[in-house]
Amino acid sequence: MAERPRTPPRLRSGNARLRQVAAAAQYAGLGVLAVGTTFPFVWLLATSLRSSGTVVSFPPVLIPHPPTLANYAGVWATMPLARFFANTVYITGVGILLTVVVSAMAGYPLARMRFPGRDVIFYAIVGSLMLPQHVGLILNFVTLMRLHMVDTYAAVYLPSAASVFGIFLLRQAYLTIPAEIEDAARIDGAGEFRLWGQIMLPLVAPALATLAIIEFSGYWNSFLWPLIVLKSPDKFPLAVGLLYLSGLFAYNTRYIAAGAVLMTLPTIVVFLALQRYFLRGITIGAVK
Amino acid sequence: MTAYLFLLPALVLLATFTFYPVIFGTALSLFEYNVISPPRFVGVANFRQIAADRYFWIALGNSVKYLAVVPVLQGCAILLALWVHRSARGIGWLRAAYYLPVVTSIVVVGIVWRWLYDDAGLINFVLLRLGLARGPIHWLASPGVALYAVMFVTLWKGLGYYMVIYLVGLEAIPPGYAEAAAIDGAGALQRLWRVTLPLLRPSILLAATLSAISALRVFEEVYVMTSGGPVYATYTMFYYMFDQAFGALHMGYAAALGVVLAVVTIGLSIASFRLLREGGLSYY
Repeated sequence: MAERPRTPPRLRSGNARLRQVAAAAQYAGLGVLAVGTTFPFVWLLATSLRSSGTVVSFPPVLIPHPPTLANYAGVWATMPLARFFANTVYITGVGILLTVVVSAMAGYPLARMRFPGRDVIFYAIVGSLMLPQHVGLILNFVTLMRLHMVDTYAAVYLPSAASVFGIFLLRQAYLTIPAEIEDAARIDGAGEFRLWGQIMLPLVAPALATLAIIEFSGYWNSFLWPLIVLKSPDKFPLAVGLLYLSGLFAYNTRYIAAGAVLMTLPTIVVFLALQRYFLRGITIGAVK
Repeated sequence: MTAYLFLLPALVLLATFTFYPVIFGTALSLFEYNVISPPRFVGVANFRQIAADRYFWIALGNSVKYLAVVPVLQGCAILLALWVHRSARGIGWLRAAYYLPVVTSIVVVGIVWRWLYDDAGLINFVLLRLGLARGPIHWLASPGVALYAVMFVTLWKGLGYYMVIYLVGLEAIPPGYAEAAAIDGAGALQRLWRVTLPLLRPSILLAATLSAISALRVFEEVYVMTSGGPVYATYTMFYYMFDQAFGALHMGYAAALGVVLAVVTIGLSIASFRLLREGGLSYY
């Protein structure tokens, strides 16, 4: 990359032009690809704003004329979309809260206490990632059935409330806190729980935020498990409900598109606003 | 004592919903269990039945075919990561654009792609306009094409995720190596092939294993777009397990199918690890 001063000027300018062309070609390729990954969303939005016709019309409509919000009002009023939305918000909210609390608690002693069995427990938790989870799916259903919890909200979020990733993430965060801070708090007479709640927790707030954001898209989009444990449509989250509606109202693609936009919008907004947390989450996931 | 109190919620939840179900789920493969009457020990009868089950072989075949998505996905993700691994204006927006499908619900993705793949959908419209097809291609309705059409959606949805894994890997490589190779006169392609890719091998190993495991367990894309059809053309192992467990309530048989899938997955992970590890990790 370093400029070589001895290169004749003519050759250098030729190289530079070649490099410019290559860079332009790369950017063009990247641009086309970006269109490829974002276009379906644009098309979905355009369909949801149309006043007539279906999604599969020749030629395709990309700019609705005139745009209307009637489909949003329609799908909200005639289909149980508001209910699905509320279910999703509830399951996601409780799920995130539980996961964050459980991880914040479990990560703490693993990072900062000495007690018999600590390493065994830590390796058992991390090692559970290697287990064939899909085999457990069957028995989880049986367990929840025995507990008479099938078709309850708790059945959706409880099995994923203890997140191995979350415990690992929080343990790493607690590990980075200097021992001096802990010592100072102990000299001031703070008990174990006050030390944790008032000193340690605020210091790992960034990790807690990262975990909450990663878990947000996980719970918001979770589909397979709610599909298995929920039976009554009035408890469906959006992911299951939307598929249910798209089967029932296959002819009304504009309504389904409006529903799909409503489901997608929160995740896109959260992602665009908090991108670096997402990327940090993957970074940690990738090096573990 | 306090330490155990802090750990209690996590351990109770993991024991109930992870360790217990995986261990006893594996044991359940030796039983016949329909939820209503108590489990009945049948030995390896489930596995014997699986070996003679033609739907099992169809499902296994499709799951194995699905692995074809792995090299394509990883190749594209590596190329993409190499291209966006730079600090230029607007590169953050491009990365975000590639990542968008990752944070989107598989149901929304599936519904949109079902429309795109429709006989009168956008893809057929473009192909017909450009004269590349004589009639509409039945992307999700013809048995020879459907599986590959679904695989393309997996590729489309996963690209951004693996791109980020490779970006993390590229960040970890000290720039000195490529510079030294450049001074020694290595061209761009040579630098890529002999320096960057070998140094990236740990990331490739991780990403390829992750994507192979999820390819073998593919379910959601299929469920949303084709429901396993047409005529079982997209019926996968996980789908069969799902149907047996929660449709037919053959819990023991489903568990046995799950165990077979786990064995295939573990075998494949070990193989890919052996294949890709050769020399790779020793660079670090």
